[in-house]
Amino acid sequence: MITAILVMVVLAVAVGLVLGWSAVRFKVEGNPLAEKIDAILPQTQCGQCGFPGCRPYAEAIAKGEADINQCPPGGEEGIKKLAELLGVEPKPLDEAHGAPKPKSVAFIDEQLCIGCTLCIQACPVDAISGAAKQMHTIIAAECTGCELCVAPCPVDCIAMVPIAEDLPHWKWKYPVIELKRVA
Amino acid sequence: MSRKLFKFKGGVHPPEHKAESNVRPLHAAPLPGKLVIPLRQHIGNPAKPVVEVGERVLKGQMIGAADGYISAAVHASSSGIVTAIGPAAVPHISGLPDLCITLSTDGRDEWIAHAPLDYQAMAAADLRMKLRDMGIAGLGGAVFPSAVKLDPGAAHSCPTLIINGGECEPWITCDDMLMRSRAGDILQGVAVMRHLLGSTEILVGIEDNKPEAIAAMQAAAQSLDFAVDVVAVPATYPAGGAKQLIETLTGRQVPSGKLSTDIGIQVFNVGTAYALARAVHHGEPLISRLVTVTGHVLRPQNFEVLIGTPMHTLITLAGERDGSTGALMGGPMMGMPMPDLEVPVVKATNCILVKSNALFPPLPKALPCIRCTRCADVCPAALQPQELFRFAKTGDFGRAQEYHLFDCIECGCCSYVCPSHIPLVDFYRYAKSEIWAREKEKRAADLARERHEFREFRLVREKKEKAEKLAAKAQAARAQAALDQAKPAGLAAAAAPELAAAPSDADAKKALIAAALARAQAKKAGVVPKNTDHLPPGTQREIEEIEARRAKIRELARQPLESEEKKP
Repeated sequence: MITAILVMVVLAVAVGLVLGWSAVRFKVEGNPLAEKIDAILPQTQCGQCGFPGCRPYAEAIAKGEADINQCPPGGEEGIKKLAELLGVEPKPLDEAHGAPKPKSVAFIDEQLCIGCTLCIQACPVDAISGAAKQMHTIIAAECTGCELCVAPCPVDCIAMVPIAEDLPHWKWKYPVIELKRVA
Repeated sequence: MSRKLFKFKGGVHPPEHKAESNVRPLHAAPLPGKLVIPLRQHIGNPAKPVVEVGERVLKGQMIGAADGYISAAVHASSSGIVTAIGPAAVPHISGLPDLCITLSTDGRDEWIAHAPLDYQAMAAADLRMKLRDMGIAGLGGAVFPSAVKLDPGAAHSCPTLIINGGECEPWITCDDMLMRSRAGDILQGVAVMRHLLGSTEILVGIEDNKPEAIAAMQAAAQSLDFAVDVVAVPATYPAGGAKQLIETLTGRQVPSGKLSTDIGIQVFNVGTAYALARAVHHGEPLISRLVTVTGHVLRPQNFEVLIGTPMHTLITLAGERDGSTGALMGGPMMGMPMPDLEVPVVKATNCILVKSNALFPPLPKALPCIRCTRCADVCPAALQPQELFRFAKTGDFGRAQEYHLFDCIECGCCSYVCPSHIPLVDFYRYAKSEIWAREKEKRAADLARERHEFREFRLVREKKEKAEKLAAKAQAARAQAALDQAKPAGLAAAAAPELAAAPSDADAKKALIAAALARAQAKKAGVVPKNTDHLPPGTQREIEEIEARRAKIRELARQPLESEEKKP
């Protein structure tokens, strides 16, 4: 009887030690779920979801504080992927956070720009080059199309230009085939 | 020379239709009045224009320079004036315009100075760069820059070199005609390839439906100082596919997701070998190629065509017929319908196949897939086309990739045999292009994430740096104030420096404020109104009166209560 209890106690202590040690040794830094969610989000950093960037939104979803349908740039496909990852039902995009738009980049009318640097301060990805009282310009390849630079401009010289389809961006369309009608 | 041949899986035998165009002799197409030369004719970065509108260029002059390693230059195909540099129609299924250089030819066809290259004396890297600047790219259809393929890389040699004269696609005969008429030149190009790749075994694979070409190549191979094995391979579509030809000739398969160079084999088209020979032995860049014009025309034949010649000119030369329903660039199995016929001939244009309803009746309406797996039987890449179709149709691209979608060579065998007439290859192309677009988006998102994270880090760092700077400044000022206080204290303070050096914060602050106030007052006192000096006596008197009034008002304002009391 005593032996049995002793064996169980020793076993419990041993297992507890191993578990405790591995909890320290294999500690996962950060929230792996938030990482996975962040990888799905489009990284536009536009804040339309109500969070200051994609990472905070991902963390909020991971904590269950935000819904999965608040990201207009991610669109329906993004919601589907998030739903799949989190094992929930996909739902339509919450219109309160905006509607999906065609992908565009900001364009600065350099004739009008006064060089106030407000757009540079607003850009979440440092995609605007320029300095005080110097003309600014957008680095188009790095612009995410978040529109955050449009509102601060005091002279309204920033416009969002949809990305035109050209050969490098051309995609094969989904083949539309006529099916033969059979009785 | 009999060689053991192997059989690749699948393949089909569509009607060959080669006899239409290979019975007429090869002609050079006349010089057109206008040449439109696209800057994106090869895989990789498009060339960058190096001429200006209005500039006169000579035949063979570089007009677009290669941009980066995987790129190739483009050249003026004839002498003339550059009339435009801008978007123009190009031979692409989308019909979208692309950057082109338009030349108005002057009819003189004047060559720029050019000389043969002494390739054996040149360093390999220099020779490759030279070939890139001469615009050499694979003429079999993929137009991959040849300079890149001629780099044996870390292995330092590529033991087996295969020259592809398969030309398995129906209707096309340009490689056949090239081998018949210019076998010697082709093998001169092969010698350069062998030099660069260090190959020990050289095989030329030609489908056995081209006996004249085989004979010509075999005869030319006799006079070489190295061994070239010209092998007739059974005519099966797609025996001329690079991976299929490798398997037929060597029995080896290129593993999925790998390149043929990974198993020590490099493959070039005969046209590329010929272009290489012209470049090295004549110093001529790639400005022309052989093009088959066939199908619904009066005189199907092959032309030697300057790059940039409008396709319609060639169709007119071959005899346009009524009732044509557009044209394909390439053959019926893999060719692309052209959005219009004014588009120019480019490096990739091996054939212009004019369609008619009699030759190419519209596809019957499709029926649902019945999963008969005939497509799987004929697939030369050993894929499961019916599964890939299902995944592509439903947008399940991950599964499509698991089923090796990217091993699909888009040969069209599956569509050819499909009893339901489903355009299967269109679905695979759609799926591939979607996957590429997604990968591009993913890369863009990763870049945006990285830049955003760096920005956040930078903002925090800047804030911290600012705070530290301010703290350091305050510290320095405090030390200075303490020193100032300590001085008058004299010897006593000097005896106890710790006490003097560490006055309380409040004292230091007070001292700082007092010092600042004193400075401000001194400054204020120093400023004298400049317009009050040397005034005439009248003005001086007026000022004095005003000052007196002001003093009175100030006095009154100071005793508001008294004045209130006086009122009633």
